[in-house]
Amino acid sequence: MQRIGVFVCWCGSNIAGTVDVKQVAEMLKHEPGVVFSTDYQYMCSESGQNLIKDAIKEYDLTGVVVCSCSPRMHENTFRKAAASVGLNPYMVEIANIREQCSWIHKDMPVGTAKAVILGRAAVAKVHLNAPLTAGESPVAKRALVIGGGIAGIQTALDIAEAGFPVDIVEKSPTIGGKMAQLDKTFPTLDCAACILTPKMVEAAQQEKINIYAYSEVDSVKGFVGNFDVTIRRKARFVKEDLCTGCGLCTEKCPMKKVPNEFNCGMDNRSAIYIPFAQAVPKVATIDASYCIKKKTGKCGLCSTVCGVGAIDYDQKDEFIEQKYGAIVVATGFEPISVEKFDEFAYSQSPDVVTSLEYERLMNAAGPTSGTLLRPSDKQHPHTIVFVQCVGSRCDAKNEKGKQYCSKVCCMYTAKHAMLTREKYPDTDVYVFYIDVRTPGKNFDEFYRRAVEDYGVHYIKGMVGKVVPENGKLKVQASDLLANEQLHIDADMVVLAAAIEPDKSARPLATMLTASMDTNDFFTEAHPKLRPVESPTAGVFLSGMCQGPKDIPDTVSQASACAAKVIGLLSKDKLTGNPCVAHSDELLCNGCSSCEKVCPYGAITYADKEFRMPDRTTAVRRVAQVNPAVCQGCGACTVACPSGAMDLYGFSNQQIMAEVDAICK
Amino acid sequence: MENTNLKERILEISGVNPRKCMKCGKCSATCPNYDEMEYHPHQFVDMVEKGNIEPLMASESLWTCLSCFACVERCPRSVEPAKLIEAVRLAVIRAQGGNHLKPQDIPDKLDDELPQQAIVSAFRKYSK
Repeated sequence: MQRIGVFVCWCGSNIAGTVDVKQVAEMLKHEPGVVFSTDYQYMCSESGQNLIKDAIKEYDLTGVVVCSCSPRMHENTFRKAAASVGLNPYMVEIANIREQCSWIHKDMPVGTAKAVILGRAAVAKVHLNAPLTAGESPVAKRALVIGGGIAGIQTALDIAEAGFPVDIVEKSPTIGGKMAQLDKTFPTLDCAACILTPKMVEAAQQEKINIYAYSEVDSVKGFVGNFDVTIRRKARFVKEDLCTGCGLCTEKCPMKKVPNEFNCGMDNRSAIYIPFAQAVPKVATIDASYCIKKKTGKCGLCSTVCGVGAIDYDQKDEFIEQKYGAIVVATGFEPISVEKFDEFAYSQSPDVVTSLEYERLMNAAGPTSGTLLRPSDKQHPHTIVFVQCVGSRCDAKNEKGKQYCSKVCCMYTAKHAMLTREKYPDTDVYVFYIDVRTPGKNFDEFYRRAVEDYGVHYIKGMVGKVVPENGKLKVQASDLLANEQLHIDADMVVLAAAIEPDKSARPLATMLTASMDTNDFFTEAHPKLRPVESPTAGVFLSGMCQGPKDIPDTVSQASACAAKVIGLLSKDKLTGNPCVAHSDELLCNGCSSCEKVCPYGAITYADKEFRMPDRTTAVRRVAQVNPAVCQGCGACTVACPSGAMDLYGFSNQQIMAEVDAICK
Repeated sequence: MENTNLKERILEISGVNPRKCMKCGKCSATCPNYDEMEYHPHQFVDMVEKGNIEPLMASESLWTCLSCFACVERCPRSVEPAKLIEAVRLAVIRAQGGNHLKPQDIPDKLDDELPQQAIVSAFRKYSK
């Protein structure tokens, strides 16, 4: 018989406000095996923990039930306290009477009755608890960063700085990401390329960093400290080690009508291409869907002109297998498609552009070499209308947009408006806003400068429709403060499109078993206290993949993420979770159900000899669990038709005992 | 100023929740008959939310709204201002207890230029 102590926490008024904690302690005192029961204001405080430790010693407790908050919060705290006085930490059970009881009830008698039932279930479980010992697993001292934008680059640089090898996997032919497409950066207006390209070069030169550009993660197996990752290096049809990036092939390539994604499709590139002058690695790539040689077998001009023989039309995808201790997700974002907003006429006129397209139109390396010309007739625009919140801050029922604020649009629109007025003072610039959101260092000052020093017309209201007519864009909008409807003949309209996570994020999350929210942003382990970790151990989050953020925020988060990775990689061994599955070989019927549902690949089958009743032996196929790989999710215990699979610490018997106690 | 009963009735008839409005003004920006209206779509939403409904009931705006539903289509917050205007209109019609447009009056008013949608809208606007 266990000797159980019950400790009921008030959590200030969080629990005590709707649960009569004294009564709960009193009621649980009469449960079988309970030899001590008490309550305390803050059980997690040092004196609260001491109360538990003293009781364990004084009453010689063999099991502890703490009625408090979610085990996610303080299970570890109480387990450590128990372990410090010699009680096996897995003899501690938490009854969650806060999140699952006091916080969701208003009525004291109802809350109290439920708290007693939850406590009773925990006591019933402890009766069947057995001491468990955690195993240890080694840590592969190498990190994988998925995504080579500013977030991925910064995280990789910081991890490499600490001495650990890092691989960056980037799906496009060069690292640099979205920041490489930007012209200037707010609020200081330094040129994006001038601050980004040195970081790209640094990443390329850093000995500890290995860049797999034009590559994708193909599969991920394993667990924290021991991920087995397969990386697919897509065929460039150019030998990366030989290509010098001279660019001769791109000049000679006869197929020059490929939409240039770097300039948002506003100009063309050749079928063999280097995305931009400062690309890293500066290596040509053949776009097989446009290459004449790849499509018809005739041409081969690039191969003829290449002085180093780097062209290889028969190159195949290559697969690399590598072990990693930690994985960083830095998959970034994309602007949403604005075509579905018919009222803004994006599909009807080339002069209606997105902000990212406008960014390229302002950039010296863009399609107009930095001179602002409207796409339709290459003339200087004299009236430009900026529309904010296109697809941001929409109602949940609105299928075109997103519910969140995209966070960066207010500032980049102020930047665009300011730069336009500075370069072309004869241009009238209107910004239609719902709210101007500028929380950030020197952000509001920046916006005020656009208004006060540069004379940008900020109008509180929204654009209702844009109609292309006689070479102009007729803009109909409301000025809410003047209570007027405005009609503006504009030359260009710029849409601040909402941003959304990159499309590659969702399949990657499935591979990593990392959770996402309804918008496909990766979820952090705790929104305030663990913002750069995924709830999946060993997976970390850097940059926009976790939520909208600007460059300063992204870089801060990237470095924070690196610190967490370094913390993990500097450990030699990780203590595992002893609550893993095991199979009862006598019951196992070899059906493979468990093997199929296991998300971690922890279950294998082996043929084993069993002694039969009549002194014969028989060979049977039975399941075996690798405890180092098992994460204790319990999927196999549910799938097993013969009840052979069971989880230490959460056995079928223990769970039934809890259910019985609740239903008593 | 606030007329709680009236407000509740308008909200019940329309099924609109004016609190969803983020005051972006896209409804009034999109309104094709803006200049003819004393109170504009965004003001309807604001005034109903404040319970300031009598001035709306007395206003010509009720009848100048084209019921084109452009504001409903384009509202990013799914507030549906035209439904609110319609509800206020219905409150007026019901209070007076009479249809302003009877089906039997229609044949006399038909004209080749008149789009069918206008007749449907007119029914929405002028009858119970």
